[in-house]
Amino acid sequence: MKHTLSVLVEDEAGVLSRIAGLFARRGFNIDSLAVGPAEKPGISRITMIVPGDNRTIEQLTKQLYKLVSILKVQDITNIPCVERELVLIKIQASPQNRSFILEISSVFRAKVVDMAYEYLILEVTGDPGKMVAIEQLLKQYGIVEIARTGKISLIRASNVDTEFLRNTLSAQKISS
Amino acid sequence: MSISHNKVTGAFALLDSLVRHNVEYIFGYPGGAILPIYDELYRWEKSGKIRHILSRHEQGSAHAADGYSRSTGKVGVCFATSGPGATNLVSGIATAQMDSVPLLLITGQVARPFIGTDAFQEVDIFGITLPIVKHSYVVRDPRNMSKIISEAFYIAQHGRPGPVLIDVPKDVGLEKFVYNPIDPGQVFLLGCRPFLKPNNKQIIKFIKLLENSSQPLLYVGGGSIISGAHQVIKELAVKFQIPITTTLMGKGIIDEKDDLSLGMLGMHGTAYANFAVSESDLLIALGARFDDRVTGKLDEFACNAQVIHIDIDPAEVGKNRIPQLAIIGDINNVLQDIMDYIENNQNILYTTDQTRSWRERIDLWKHQYPLLVPTNVNTLSSQEILSSLCIMEPNAYFTTDVGQHQMWAAQFLNVLPRHWISSAGLGTMGYGLPAAIGVQIAYPNEKVVCVSGDASFQMNLQELGTIAQYNLPIKIIIINNKWQGMVRQWQQAFYGERYSHSNMEKGSPNFIELAKSFGIAGFELTLRKDIDTILESFLNCNGPCLLDCKVTEDDNCYPMVAPGKSNAQMIGIIKQSKVTNSLLN
Repeated sequence: MKHTLSVLVEDEAGVLSRIAGLFARRGFNIDSLAVGPAEKPGISRITMIVPGDNRTIEQLTKQLYKLVSILKVQDITNIPCVERELVLIKIQASPQNRSFILEISSVFRAKVVDMAYEYLILEVTGDPGKMVAIEQLLKQYGIVEIARTGKISLIRASNVDTEFLRNTLSAQKISS
Repeated sequence: MSISHNKVTGAFALLDSLVRHNVEYIFGYPGGAILPIYDELYRWEKSGKIRHILSRHEQGSAHAADGYSRSTGKVGVCFATSGPGATNLVSGIATAQMDSVPLLLITGQVARPFIGTDAFQEVDIFGITLPIVKHSYVVRDPRNMSKIISEAFYIAQHGRPGPVLIDVPKDVGLEKFVYNPIDPGQVFLLGCRPFLKPNNKQIIKFIKLLENSSQPLLYVGGGSIISGAHQVIKELAVKFQIPITTTLMGKGIIDEKDDLSLGMLGMHGTAYANFAVSESDLLIALGARFDDRVTGKLDEFACNAQVIHIDIDPAEVGKNRIPQLAIIGDINNVLQDIMDYIENNQNILYTTDQTRSWRERIDLWKHQYPLLVPTNVNTLSSQEILSSLCIMEPNAYFTTDVGQHQMWAAQFLNVLPRHWISSAGLGTMGYGLPAAIGVQIAYPNEKVVCVSGDASFQMNLQELGTIAQYNLPIKIIIINNKWQGMVRQWQQAFYGERYSHSNMEKGSPNFIELAKSFGIAGFELTLRKDIDTILESFLNCNGPCLLDCKVTEDDNCYPMVAPGKSNAQMIGIIKQSKVTNSLLN
């Protein structure tokens, strides 16, 4: 199972090396990693997606806490949170295909950020599910390059799990 | 300018901060990039505020600082220059990290403008040591020097101790600035969390587990020594009559002549300790980490037991074995709290009667499977030498190297807390001699014995020079079987007697002549009948001396748990039909 860890670290030299080294040395994998300054100066937030069972993640969390530069490790996998990722997709767009691609991008509310005669660059933001969906649709036109930021997340203060709500509401609709 | 006279150099700030942290001794070796610091050190030594011990190789400095720290509980401080000086520390740092020894390692670095240019003697020691330090720093601004050193001392000792490296570029040592010293204890680190006291719920569960147990066993590791918990562990063991087995790192927690002591467990542990751990129904792990050399086949380790794990490092709990009860905290404090609770609650259902038959079984094992000492009249056995040594020096500090002699020493020596100085986790050959230097520096008037092997000794024999220079009265015993004994034993047992590069006979020095060339007295022991007489005159010799024991070549260290096997399946144990005198009784 994939876990999302939200980690606060002191922003100092070598902290990413320490974390990367720990993952490598203790045999943990990492699927995605996004780093940026957090709300307080001098502190960064790292959001990482790590595959593993609960015991692996527990051990990883404890090992992370042993690093002096790490302030807080939170497993937010099962906590309602907003998850976003930004993806840039460079796609082959011949004049014949262009309108189809633009149609898809408008459905997904993607932005065209660069346009050349044969190529388009789309900027897509959203949760990871949306990224997979648009990638699937665009594949047939020929994706040339993809760059993704990695997933970032924050816990919802409202404590409302929209995913869960959507599922229950649609289930109710079906039953009624 | 009124503040200009307050300006000091980075090197001054470094030495001043060390002295503020009550550092008495520095172990080190100078070199180009650390010259500004050694220049400053010259003045501080002249005024008698600090003393530097010059080793012959940086690895020796690191191990000496390590030995100093293990025997005293203080932070060991070590200096080395950039490049090769720093890389020579690596084995020493890893040794300290594996055995949780608080060290402060200060390395010189090329000047800031040269960093990253592959300058002369430049190496990224910060990067190289990342996986083997508790924490590390590069001092990029001398204004941070005092703060970094205060933090480093705090980190090295806080919680589970470990080595901290500080890399100091050459020009940082020379730069002048206005100095605001940070005194010890004035640091606040968000990343170092305080430790909670055990709550009553945990204590009650501890007692419940104990009440329901008829075969409890204390499994005590190095964390208990670090925590200084030997007194309270003894109280706990005596009050509830729980037998104690220790790991290699836990030696010294209890007098091994005590009825409750089972000696060491694990790969070369006593048969009765390994039987006890396999049969016990409640294993109380105190500052131990279920290392593979202790557990053997993990699935079968204490497989009938509920486990209580008390440790200061949360990451150790549940790493190899999931306990039924985990208490995170300093062992001494936790056990103190448990004892207090027990004092105040008299309605505890546990009686020592419920474990009587367990203790009787263990006693039977002790008589049936004692540690064996080969007693062939014509040969000299290491076990016999070490048994005699144990009787002659009950209060000495013992350092060891790594291999057969280390395991025999662990089996036959009975030591006081913090008197057992041995590289356990990393198993660093060449550790014993420099570590003995550190111990003797810390305790100039105590007896320090280094038990080494002929192969291990040769890994850091240059430190004889240090011993000679400071006239340290260390007693060096070389268990000389002309082999890398443990390697030979494994090759014999598991590699079809193909002795690939484990023989040390060719090229072996005459150890006595070697010692003499350093001005160190040498003794030789070849005959069994001379053990006591020679050992006595050797141990009572003034000043440093070396004893070359020409022991049987092909003796193996038993009992032995083969790798991947369960602890109950030991090889090399012989059931005694009649009750004989066990050495530990």
